Amino acid sequence: MVNKLIKEDTKMFLTGNEVLAYAANSAEAEFMYGYPITPQNEIMHTWCKLLPKTEAGFLQTEDEISAGFSTIGGILAGKRAFTATAGPGNVIMQDAQSMAEMMRIPFVCAVMQRGGPSTATVIYAQQETRLTCYGGNGEGFRVVYSTAGHQDLYDYMIKAFNTAWKYRFPTYVLADGYQGKMREPVVLYDPASRGINMVPATKALLSEGEIGVDRKSAHLRNTYNMEEELMEVLEGYKADYEKMSEEIEEWEEYKAEDAEILVIAHGIVARSARTAIDELREKGIKAGLFRPITIRPLAVKPLRAAVSRAKHLLFTESANGQLAQMVLEKLYGLNTPYSTLFKMGVGVTGDDVVNKVEEIIKEGI
Amino acid sequence: MAEILNLPPNLPKSQNAEVGASKFCPGCGHGITLKALAKAIDELGIQQKTVFGCDIGCSLLSWNYMDLDTVQTHHGRTTPVIYGFTRANPEAIGIAYMGDGGGLAIGAQHLVNAAVRGERMMIVVVNNTNYGMTGGQMSPTTMPGQKTETTPYGRDCSVTGKPAKAAEMVAAIADPSKSFVARSTVSNMMKLKQTFVKALKNVENGGFSFVEVLSICPLNWRTNNEDTFGRLQQMEEFFEVKEFLVPEGV
Amino acid sequence: MARTKIVLAGEGGQGVQSIAKILVEAGYEAGKQVLYIPNFGVEQRGGVSIAFCQISDEKIGEPRFAKGDIVIMLSDRALDRCEAYVDKESTIVYDTSVCTHEPNCECKRVIGIDANRIANEQLSSRVFNIIILGALLEATKVLELSDIKNAMEMALGKKFDAKPELRELNYKALEMGMGLVKESAVHNG
Repeated sequence: MVNKLIKEDTKMFLTGNEVLAYAANSAEAEFMYGYPITPQNEIMHTWCKLLPKTEAGFLQTEDEISAGFSTIGGILAGKRAFTATAGPGNVIMQDAQSMAEMMRIPFVCAVMQRGGPSTATVIYAQQETRLTCYGGNGEGFRVVYSTAGHQDLYDYMIKAFNTAWKYRFPTYVLADGYQGKMREPVVLYDPASRGINMVPATKALLSEGEIGVDRKSAHLRNTYNMEEELMEVLEGYKADYEKMSEEIEEWEEYKAEDAEILVIAHGIVARSARTAIDELREKGIKAGLFRPITIRPLAVKPLRAAVSRAKHLLFTESANGQLAQMVLEKLYGLNTPYSTLFKMGVGVTGDDVVNKVEEIIKEGI
Repeated sequence: MAEILNLPPNLPKSQNAEVGASKFCPGCGHGITLKALAKAIDELGIQQKTVFGCDIGCSLLSWNYMDLDTVQTHHGRTTPVIYGFTRANPEAIGIAYMGDGGGLAIGAQHLVNAAVRGERMMIVVVNNTNYGMTGGQMSPTTMPGQKTETTPYGRDCSVTGKPAKAAEMVAAIADPSKSFVARSTVSNMMKLKQTFVKALKNVENGGFSFVEVLSICPLNWRTNNEDTFGRLQQMEEFFEVKEFLVPEGV
Repeated sequence: MARTKIVLAGEGGQGVQSIAKILVEAGYEAGKQVLYIPNFGVEQRGGVSIAFCQISDEKIGEPRFAKGDIVIMLSDRALDRCEAYVDKESTIVYDTSVCTHEPNCECKRVIGIDANRIANEQLSSRVFNIIILGALLEATKVLELSDIKNAMEMALGKKFDAKPELRELNYKALEMGMGLVKESAVHNG
């Protein structure tokens, strides 16, 4: 067991990476495995600095491949373990993540997106959205929460552990370099004070009982001999995932009820969109926001309802339409026209969105 | 009249009786290696606290071969899964079981770093000088001149470099005060078992152990019995069979 | 005041991120909403270092803004790099003793101060950034001097206690920076 540092509501002025380390501690995470890559390093730094107080564990591995696989090892040992990565590290960590998908391992990972492809920038992007949602070979199932600031980082990091351990799908907190590095106030709390009970972590190997007496030895597999055998397993996973989706889907609407122009954005860009919407509303333009929080699974019903009410959609991302691609697929049959404001690896400001919406209106919606 | 003797197979306790004697190709060295390992585990009485990880390749076939808590991993990734486990549960005896490809090619960075950090685990590299499961390609330990699917005219060391010597490499980088490093061979099963006993004892003492096992692959080598063991003898001359590091108390 | 958007830019080593941290810490302690993004590109090592700060009475939405209300530029490269954050509502503060040319973009007001020279000649090169912080405080007028002093105490208190004259030196630098902007206002007016 670890010592929780946050025992009562505590307002702090932190970077997002620091918030994630505190959140993991509040979620009673016992072990972090990690490899340095900007912009997620301070999650590890903070975690390590707190170790004498938390009495948790940490291992700096030789690369993200081993960070991912050793996290799996820790989880199999029955620890609430996690890791964090970004950019090229996220690419090579998919190896372990696909194993977690196949074996239903409650893998928790924070992804602090940076620019790509390749090494690109160490600063910021939303270009790992598709990778984080759909990376890995085969068709694995995972849960991805996209956060929009420090309170989200704290709330959803705690939630990620519970989603992972309750439903046994790898679960991600998808943020970015801005959120990791920026400082803003946040209220840290003991999850119990919000009625959140941590789902117990259980051992997959060396569990209770004696082999040959109380139980058989565990033989955990990710390899199947027959095509049909694989499909049967995956169909079961799919059914579990669909059942779970209804329970965990989250989204946020902001002035979307009567919005004629509906901005669809996730993560930190959704925050810029809110700034823009306030400005547009002051100008008498009926703009609103639909922000998926679980970007996998997407909350399709409320999404389609909001889109149906709008006259025009605006997708905006710090990427070339990764969320848009996922969302558009779910909008099949609707014919609301859409525009895009995509800035690959660059922050979207409120002004950007205001200007784009005004341009759309000028052209006539 | 011939009488059919219906005796139970003489299996070590740590071997899975439900699977039976062998599921490997006829003449494969994995069966001997695993039996020696199971006997060593029995001798030390550590079955209940041992966690066994198997790599991809022929080593994967060991996934339910042992009566041990076992996990399949990915090719080359058994080492990090097992040290991830033993870091989180220091009471456990972790074994990462792999071939020469998993240990020295795709998983080499893990072997190197686990050895340097002195991870509390035993890494077993079963060296049969080729990638067996995928059809017999050249591996880092393929012998000079050896024919494989990717060296059909024999391994040309001027192009591919010389065979990698795992035990020597690990012995050079591991901490001698807490690391057990040895190369053994399937030609002497009792000695192999004794090597595993020492290696596991060292892990129990909190150390890092590495055992390279010279093994045989008659199917991919396309050798008969005599040639198979002839080849193994050549390997034993090329790859020195000995204990490289033996810490105190082992 | 709804929201003040500040861009601070200079060479690595000029202490841009340090004063940005003191500034936002002061805002946070004063009960304002604050948000600070350090530009931590590869440029952090030997390039232009930029800090994006916001201080607001209301909840802050966008983390990155397009144009700054105050844009502080402390080197030629910072001038070139940060014109993009300037529009006709922006106030520019630049260092005349470091920059070899004036900013040449359309803006509301340009304040040139020779903080670097003053620091070297009258105080210490180490408090160059604190003079800039003083100038920023005066140019934005969103925080009180006492807020900044409190934040400095949080960041540098241990050093101050060890060497009390450092506290005096830093306070002097702050006041000097404020004075430079006041003078410039009188001059402009």
